Amino acid sequence: MMIRFYLDGQLVEVDVKPTDTLLKVLVDKLGLTSVHYGCGEGSCGACMVLVDDKLRYSCLTFAASVNDKKVTTVAGLLSDHELSPLQKKFVENNAAQCGYCTPGMVLVAKALLDKNPSPSDEEIFDALAGNLCRCTGYVPIVKAVKSAARR
Amino acid sequence: MAKLRGRGIAAINYPTGMNLGGDPSQVVIVAQPDGRLVVNVASVELGQGIKTVLAQIASEITGVPVEDIEVRFGDTESAPHDTGTFASRSTHRMGNAVIKASEEIREIVLNTAAKMLEASPNDLEIREGRVWVKGVTDKSVEVKQVISQAQFTYNTPVVGKGFYVKPKSSVDPETGASDPHSTMAHGCTVAEVEVDTETGFVTVLKVYTVYEVGKAINPQLVESQIIGGIVMGMGAALTETVYPRYPVLDFQTTSFRDYVLPTAGDIPEIVAKIVESPTPTGPFGAKGVGEMVVNSIAPAIVNAVYDAIGVQITDLPITPEKVLKALKKSGR
Repeated sequence: MMIRFYLDGQLVEVDVKPTDTLLKVLVDKLGLTSVHYGCGEGSCGACMVLVDDKLRYSCLTFAASVNDKKVTTVAGLLSDHELSPLQKKFVENNAAQCGYCTPGMVLVAKALLDKNPSPSDEEIFDALAGNLCRCTGYVPIVKAVKSAARR
Repeated sequence: MAKLRGRGIAAINYPTGMNLGGDPSQVVIVAQPDGRLVVNVASVELGQGIKTVLAQIASEITGVPVEDIEVRFGDTESAPHDTGTFASRSTHRMGNAVIKASEEIREIVLNTAAKMLEASPNDLEIREGRVWVKGVTDKSVEVKQVISQAQFTYNTPVVGKGFYVKPKSSVDPETGASDPHSTMAHGCTVAEVEVDTETGFVTVLKVYTVYEVGKAINPQLVESQIIGGIVMGMGAALTETVYPRYPVLDFQTTSFRDYVLPTAGDIPEIVAKIVESPTPTGPFGAKGVGEMVVNSIAPAIVNAVYDAIGVQITDLPITPEKVLKALKKSGR
């Protein structure tokens, strides 16, 4: 079946099977490298994207369900090839090592800050709780989110 | 039933490199037409920062700005031999190899600049990305321009080769002694925990940790490794296991829902300090950091739990079930 959706602002049309996950379509059919397969069961957050500005595990989302919707990946946060202020805070705080969790972490942080521009520590922990990181020990990630938040 | 607090300490000495037939690393640095350098290595960047550290080392010696040095990795066909990225060895082994290769580049730079500046190579110095005639403030040329000219005007291939190897050490049959590693790094970790004697749940409240790393070539990267190591070690101490939690395979961990990693909210306050005591065998004195920092946290937590409840847990992870069983057995 053909579906169409806005991927990072651009309209894409793609032929999918009813059982294809959004993750499979983004990675295998559209060639995205920033959306990562971690566990395939919604436990790690490496595959997270925004669907109509809401966080979704793309591994648990049917591709067909995003028809006519807006899908945002971490690459969609750039403007004119320039990193967003939030992404720059991740760089400054060395909040990525291997980088596998980073796109998910950035999108979770964006979703949090869009809704709540000055979150408490607890609210940041709660927001990041569904995303696993093996390298950083989370401290630099939390610092990056805090420094991107409105004081 | 109470919430009991305890404090535990653990110290570690950790070797850098392995005694694997010398554990060699080799590198080739090749200049580009515009004077940039490409450092070809078979060591792998997997987030620890070897790309940054090797570029820093090459920049320090050649004078080429760090942003103009590209470290290419991951292709063993285009890079010379390296044992690999493991044993906390890459900065030490590959760093030493990069120093040697960079010194060859530096010699070409000085010899070429001598011709360009009409001076003896011995009278030249490299600083701030330029080659200067010592003591003369207006006679200098950009290092990148020198490297470019070497190729186009003086027909000199600007290539640097370097290797580092520690001869294999065999065991003395009389004493059993050998010299298997290149240097020892050191660390000490203190953990403060709270144990809930009703649920058996252990919470890490605060971690103080200090590591002697020889020389922190990039302090932010070293600190990141320390914090990442502590949190990984905390997982090993308290929650992570691949073995069945009960003695049948039905209860084996098969996903991240059973194999429980720490998440952002589990992280205690961490006070991490770096101490530098340069080793003569390391590049600028650097030792290996990567693995050591994962190892000292679990014994510190075990000792802190012992301090809190008076029972020594002897196998990891310290699950609530083990704490409650230990408390029951000891009659506390």
